[in-house]
Amino acid sequence: MTPPVATLTPEETVQKLKYYQKGTFTVGNRLVAEAERTVQASQDRSNALTCGHRACQGCGEALGARYAIDAAMRATNNNLIAVNATGCLEVFTTPYPETSWQLPWLHSLFGNAAAVATGVAAAMRVKKRPEVRVIAQGGDGGTTDIGFQCLSGMFERNDDVLYICYDNEGYMNTGVQRSSATPPTARTATTPALGPEPGNVFGTGKSVPKIAVAHNIPYVATATVADLHDLERKVIKAMSIHGARYIQINVPCPLGWGSASHDTIRLARLAVECGLYPIFEAEHGKVTQVRKIRRKVPVQDYLKLQRRFAHLFKGGIEDPRIARLQAMCDANIAEYGLVDTTGKDG
Amino acid sequence: MEHPFAITLAVGTSLINHTGSWRTLRPEYVHRLPPCNHACPAGEDIQGWLAQAESGDYEAAWRALTENNPLPAIMGRVCYHPCESACNRAVLDSAVGINSVERFLGDLAIKNGWRFNAPPAASGKKVLIVGAGPSGLSAAYHLARLGHAVTIVEAGPAPGGMMRFGIPKYRLPRDVLDAEVKRIEDLAVTIKYDAKVANIGEAMTDGGFDAAFLAVGAHIAKRAYIPAGEAAKVLDAVQVLRSMEGEDKPLLGRRVIVYGGGNTALDVARTAKRLGAEEAVIVYRRTRDKMPAHDFEVEEAIEEGVMMKWLSTIKNVEAGSITVERMALDETGFPQPTGEFETLQADSVVLALGQDVDLSLLEGVPGLEVKDGVVQVGPNMMTGVAGIFAGGDMVPSERTVTVAVGHGKKAARHIDAWLRGEIYAPAPKHEIASADKLNTWYYGEAPKTLRPILELARRTSTFEEVVKGLDESNALYEARRCLSCGNCFECDNCYGVCPDNAVIKLGPGNGFQFNLDYCKGCGICAQECPCGSIQMIPEAL
Amino acid sequence: MLKQIEGSHAMAEAIALCRPEVICAYPITPQTHIVEGLGELVKDGSLVDCEYINVESEFAALSVAIGASAAGARAYTATASQGLLFMAEAVYNASGLGLPIVMTLGNRAIGAPINIWNDHSDAMSMRDAGWLQLFAETNQEAVDLHIQAFKLAEELSMPVMVCVDGFILTHAMERIDIPTQEQVDAYLPPYDPVQVLDPAEPASIGAMVGPEAFTEVRFLAHYKQTLALKLIPEFSDEFRKAFGRESGGLLRTYRADDADMLVVAMGSVCGTIKDTIDEMRDDGIRIGLVVIVSFRPFPVDALRNALAGTKDVVVVEKSIAVGMGGQLANNVDVALRNLPRAPRLHSSVAGLGGRAITRASLHRLFRQASVQPWEGTNFLDLNERVVGREIHRTRKTRRSGPTAENILRQLAKSVPPAAE
Repeated sequence: MTPPVATLTPEETVQKLKYYQKGTFTVGNRLVAEAERTVQASQDRSNALTCGHRACQGCGEALGARYAIDAAMRATNNNLIAVNATGCLEVFTTPYPETSWQLPWLHSLFGNAAAVATGVAAAMRVKKRPEVRVIAQGGDGGTTDIGFQCLSGMFERNDDVLYICYDNEGYMNTGVQRSSATPPTARTATTPALGPEPGNVFGTGKSVPKIAVAHNIPYVATATVADLHDLERKVIKAMSIHGARYIQINVPCPLGWGSASHDTIRLARLAVECGLYPIFEAEHGKVTQVRKIRRKVPVQDYLKLQRRFAHLFKGGIEDPRIARLQAMCDANIAEYGLVDTTGKDG
Repeated sequence: MEHPFAITLAVGTSLINHTGSWRTLRPEYVHRLPPCNHACPAGEDIQGWLAQAESGDYEAAWRALTENNPLPAIMGRVCYHPCESACNRAVLDSAVGINSVERFLGDLAIKNGWRFNAPPAASGKKVLIVGAGPSGLSAAYHLARLGHAVTIVEAGPAPGGMMRFGIPKYRLPRDVLDAEVKRIEDLAVTIKYDAKVANIGEAMTDGGFDAAFLAVGAHIAKRAYIPAGEAAKVLDAVQVLRSMEGEDKPLLGRRVIVYGGGNTALDVARTAKRLGAEEAVIVYRRTRDKMPAHDFEVEEAIEEGVMMKWLSTIKNVEAGSITVERMALDETGFPQPTGEFETLQADSVVLALGQDVDLSLLEGVPGLEVKDGVVQVGPNMMTGVAGIFAGGDMVPSERTVTVAVGHGKKAARHIDAWLRGEIYAPAPKHEIASADKLNTWYYGEAPKTLRPILELARRTSTFEEVVKGLDESNALYEARRCLSCGNCFECDNCYGVCPDNAVIKLGPGNGFQFNLDYCKGCGICAQECPCGSIQMIPEAL
Repeated sequence: MLKQIEGSHAMAEAIALCRPEVICAYPITPQTHIVEGLGELVKDGSLVDCEYINVESEFAALSVAIGASAAGARAYTATASQGLLFMAEAVYNASGLGLPIVMTLGNRAIGAPINIWNDHSDAMSMRDAGWLQLFAETNQEAVDLHIQAFKLAEELSMPVMVCVDGFILTHAMERIDIPTQEQVDAYLPPYDPVQVLDPAEPASIGAMVGPEAFTEVRFLAHYKQTLALKLIPEFSDEFRKAFGRESGGLLRTYRADDADMLVVAMGSVCGTIKDTIDEMRDDGIRIGLVVIVSFRPFPVDALRNALAGTKDVVVVEKSIAVGMGGQLANNVDVALRNLPRAPRLHSSVAGLGGRAITRASLHRLFRQASVQPWEGTNFLDLNERVVGREIHRTRKTRRSGPTAENILRQLAKSVPPAAE
């Protein structure tokens, strides 16, 4: 143990108490004022999605939904209505006779959550209850594919709806089929790991966040269950804005991704830290802020924990397509400026 | 409001579905032993008092600390902090500056005049402690707190043992030492000075003591046979450092040779510089990396101009010079003479070759086993004689102040039990909270605070403390770098990351509870617990 | 107030009087003038406290209405034909959730082949979806049925489709009496939802229901429509008292008391049929008409009573279930079953894709029904030469080709069908 030998000036020895070191990134921190902790840390959090639901063990969507809705409930003083598309979230939360939602909630169809939410928002306006806000939510299937038309319509009209997409990169509720959010090379039931190009193919897929940005709506953001502080900040910020807003949250699915149930947050973290899932915010068509990668990792670290990518490592040999995935990560890092060269803490 | 049949469901209806039945693994909150606690020879609950310090409640932190170790201000200056060597934070950036915070708390306690709580009702038992060094003082402190009447008999004129007569002032200012000793005395501990015990058996009987704790230390300098001329000035380190406490400082001359490679040798060399020696040279038979002295002390010494003569042994000493023979390390790392000699100018030679224990007080006491010059004791710190316990440098030991303090505490507990006719059985220790059990992602980047160091010029001319302490904001920052390995610090992570809302938050200070009706056993809580205080165990199926 | 006004605009004004709170507009011929009319009324401030939303498809239109209705607002939209099919999922959803949405259907044929003119195939496509389906005979009735529709929908918690023949009613300029706001307000109270999305009283609407309860849910919906069988005449009666005219109800008869032959039909064709009946009555033929207004719920008992004493029933309808025959005829058959001396049922399909139904053709049809009754479905004014040639062609060449294109080619070559 070699202590310092250099002589320091008083300024150098006094380091600002900027960090709450022991819990900067944790959900709560007993040393921090209550108002600065996350909503999730509070015993008074809404638990808008409470226990008894039928999500799989370790479900990232269940977690993401509670995170997002509790934050929105706090921001709106519990004056919130949620409209849910068909999908895992809807099915595992409301199987008759049990519902695990504690806020007013409506499920209509698979592809119309955005439009239904528009209707609810219109009703609130006409009833002169502007304090009641509306969230539409669904999985990637119900958002990027079948729900895309209604989503774009809602964006274009700038309806006062926050649409939250829980992106687990596939149609999970129906048995893990490919959606336009499924990453290349991933194995799904409709892109099986067979033939000369096993898994999902390159050259397909769409980025709904980018499309949302192109609609010039007031607020667009991507988020992850691995960064609760950031997610809550974005939801709360979104609720302070009126007009069409979109937040897409990356939520790992242990069943669909073939990962261990305890790795859900770890995987979400790796997806961000390797650059595959860029976390950014945009307003009125321009990117305004990005979340820097804190400790960059190669894409393999992320892929190896998921059986949906197992065929890329068959026989201990790395499939050359991994390099293409790494290139995607690198491209994201370059495009959004995700790596801070000064190496400061995020 | 109506709920059309089946279409519409009322809030709370999912609670009937006890998803806990899905589990094959169950989470449990566990306590694991932090490596700092495990490493501390004094058995401090370091994590515990750091946690108190973090919230700014320094007095509570100091009291938690002194539950185990009554000398924090001293420790914060002289302890070699094995806790920091074991600290898991090194995995992230560098170990927590535990020693700095301990010193801060100790200094604050002195500044604010915090006192120990009054001891409980007297037990009626009397314990004799021989030696007012760290081991004896520690034993006295713990025994007094257990209600026993303690008398310390000290051969020297002042308390402290090696702390006063071995460690120089620039490492341990004497006012700090005095303040911490006084606080122990205020617990109704009697210290008698200039009262060397000639025979322990008699001393116990004469004084009506029910038990004794021997902590006389090792104050006899080891000597080596080196041919020396009549006028040659050869002293020993113990002698030199002891005399620094008196009125007359030792006269070492302009060029001082210190023979030996331990901390004591460095202390002597650095003291010599401060006394005005132009040259202070350490002569050591092996190389720097083999020196028993701690590396940072070597650094400080070199900064202060102490010179090092490696791979040399002293062949003989004359008035004004010495002859050294160069050594070379063989394949096994042992120094072998080369036959090459060199003459060095020297006004005095100080031998720092280790110390032996004065065992004279043990004469005539049957049953005591002495081996390799130290008294053998059992795991209960008791010698072969019932009721006579021993600790510190006079028993097999690493010979540091902290180890001595630890011995004192351990012995006190065993003495206390023995006095009541019981046996003290310490609680079984938890599994160690090794770094692999942590999820370090959650800790923010926070490099270690550096302690300010006295400018070089002042260091070599005065005995002013070389290493300064941290101010409050830095100490607080440092304390907050602790990862709380193995023990929940209420970060709310488990409460937050459970997808099933199956963790109940009991409120600040009360921790958490798993709601086993709903917990599906996914294991995210255990994985995301930063400090490794959740464990997944298989359910009985 | 009497106005000389286009049917669509009259409907728009009537709907506006019902104080809708959310209107979703997506254009499709022939309903577009209705929503355009409503849009103008909102924009010029005549219709206040109303959110008018231009949506991006019919699917979105009904979805927006679903959201608005579930949140407690009185919601309205209009569509036709292809648009109705595009929102089909939402149509079932709205009734399944029990939302009192009122929707105008500007009846139009469904493609392929694309056809913008009137028939009832669109309404028929959704007859099982759980909506009330009311057919207006005239533009006046179209106006009146909308007012009654809101009241019915909200009383039952069930959506209502008001069917109005495209172009024939929607685009006709007529003299129509538009009620006053006071009259409508007195008849139609504000929407008081049975269930609503409200932060003060949260609930989850739209659960997933499994085999253990789904049957019961459907039964309850079916039961509600049987309640409608009572409510529809009741509200029609109230309407008569409030507005001073007969309108709505389950069905009505025309010169049916002593009829040997009764025609059964829905919508605007009843006007032409009445003219034909008058002419035939002048010739001494005892023939009458039953106008069905409520197609869903289908008024089995009322119809049975109306048809019990006659010898021949001729159903004239503007739709066909390909492969089976006329849907209306099929439903009428249900009413005739179990009658001790059931009249003969003659099924005819007319006016598909907007083809004009003439009095001459109807004369021929009704006479043929009694003199030379046919088996199965009679396609009124079918150009048999064209179809004969097409059938012959396909048998010979066995080449798949669009039937419509071929027929058109034949028509261009052949003698046009007999026109009166």
